[in-house]
Amino acid sequence: MSAHQVLLEAHEVAKHFGGVKALHDVSLTIRRGEIYGLIGPNGAGKTTFFNCLTGLYRNESGHFVFDGVKLAADAPHKAAEIGIARTFQNIRLFGNMTAIENVMVGRHLRTRAGVFGAISRNAATRAEEAAIARRAEELLHYVGIQERAHDYARHLSYGDQRRLEIARALATEPKLLALDEPAAGMNGTETEALRLLVEGICRDGVTVLLIEHDVKLVMGLCGRVAVLDYGEKICEDVPAVVQKDPRVIEAYLGGSVA
Amino acid sequence: MNGQRRRIPLWQGHWLGLVLLAATLFAVPFVAALGGQAWVRIANFAILYVFLALGLNIVVGYAGLLDLGYVAFYAVGAYAYALLASPHFGIHLPFWVILPFGAGLACFFGVVLGAPTLKLRGDYLAIVTLGFGEIIRIFMNNLNAPINITNGAQGITLIDPIRIGDFSFSQTSTIFGVTLSGPQKYYFLLVALAILVIMVNMRLQDSRIGRAWQAIREDEVAAKACGINTRNIKLLAFAMGASFGGIAGGVFAAMQGFVSPESFSLMESITILSMVVLGGMGHIPGVILGAVLLTGLPEALRYGIEPLQKAAFGRMIIDPESLRMLVFGLALVLVMRFRPAGLWPSSLRRRELSETTD
Repeated sequence: MSAHQVLLEAHEVAKHFGGVKALHDVSLTIRRGEIYGLIGPNGAGKTTFFNCLTGLYRNESGHFVFDGVKLAADAPHKAAEIGIARTFQNIRLFGNMTAIENVMVGRHLRTRAGVFGAISRNAATRAEEAAIARRAEELLHYVGIQERAHDYARHLSYGDQRRLEIARALATEPKLLALDEPAAGMNGTETEALRLLVEGICRDGVTVLLIEHDVKLVMGLCGRVAVLDYGEKICEDVPAVVQKDPRVIEAYLGGSVA
Repeated sequence: MNGQRRRIPLWQGHWLGLVLLAATLFAVPFVAALGGQAWVRIANFAILYVFLALGLNIVVGYAGLLDLGYVAFYAVGAYAYALLASPHFGIHLPFWVILPFGAGLACFFGVVLGAPTLKLRGDYLAIVTLGFGEIIRIFMNNLNAPINITNGAQGITLIDPIRIGDFSFSQTSTIFGVTLSGPQKYYFLLVALAILVIMVNMRLQDSRIGRAWQAIREDEVAAKACGINTRNIKLLAFAMGASFGGIAGGVFAAMQGFVSPESFSLMESITILSMVVLGGMGHIPGVILGAVLLTGLPEALRYGIEPLQKAAFGRMIIDPESLRMLVFGLALVLVMRFRPAGLWPSSLRRRELSETTD
């Protein structure tokens, strides 16, 4: 595997909460253009891994190399700037802003207007605002909720909120989109629609890191899968192999398998 | 319920209303003068408070940072003007130098206050900002020794009025055949400043920066994940709000001709915050209404209650000043009980609260 194929490398990332080892020297490699699944039982450390990656937590040891650059710890906005966008397990939208405004916030990073631009509304600022609004509309269309553009985010249905969060993340022009349990609480139809959306995002050149409980979705969608259990990576391979791995079966079903 | 929100420019389809509003604003100082110059001064203070409340609205209403020490920036602006345009140091700079300087100085203090409080939220932020407000006031009170800078509790007197060439805002003069008293001239100056702050508020609300503030108010973690440098954007909110406080302070000093630490008590911060909350946080017309009501009503009460008591009982039973605070408190309690989103909230916040109580 040549260097330019690698998008993200995690080197022995460890995170402790008091005496609890939430992550124990986890290393993994995500290649450009793939959909990489991260699965594991509840409390295995998947979301902790996400939070370390996106700078919300400071990991005790280990580091991330993203696109050839070592990530600064504890700086979420820098992670976003370098090209890592994420969604949250428990959806975190700006509830009292409209759907389109949510996506427009996602454009913050890639635009420049400051206070003076805002107050003077000069030509450059007006052009930038128009571009922001246009891009936000496109993204709402892309995830399929353009009709809800002027509804408050918290008035959207659960599935639409998930989609809106993805649109907001895409607005930051990420190289890596990290989705934290996007199918949680969805019914079969919604999950299928989500699968198509994620596949489309990947086709359009964004690498996807997916945490998911829905094993069927992960197995159908991901090129490679890593399994975490008690903060340790116990397996990493293509879905077909992972499914049959005895350690994975033990982690999920518990105890010895007769 | 369908939460549609469309953006309509304020003036669109409302030009008749705007003409009426302009006519009313123009008539106010002349009508008020019929009852004496004191009433013009009350109108001036109402507009000064509109200015202050809209400055605070940026910090509290947009960015959601509960600031209980806002009066500190008002004080910084006022003392900056007082020290640079009075016989106290013998410096007499023109207002167009001091007002921007005062705004800049207040802005600097806004950042100084903001920096250590960045990780604090809600109640904790309120307590730190409250402390900051008190520190500034106590400094003003005690900076008269060993070097007399602020003249302590006596305050600074004989502050220059705002003057453009020979045209002084403190004297009566005739313009285009209309005789204007000092307070009337300040009224028009204040209206112009208020229009400026309203415009800035409106434009910021619908901008990249304004959206970033609202995002931080809604969910700081999500805002960070969207790539917003929350530290800088929060400091910007403090700095913007503080600058407006500084300008208001400068105009206050020039208008009164006198400043003392007494004018910048905690009560003043709470009053300004009450205006924002009572009127409708984050909603410009609501904040304006709150400011006008909370300045106007107590004054009207003070002037109305004295003759009323004399007529009813033949003597003064309750001091109007203490009654004023009583009514003030009662009004706050009643509004929070019956209109928790404020008297004139944006359609959004009204819905938000009605849903949680349903």
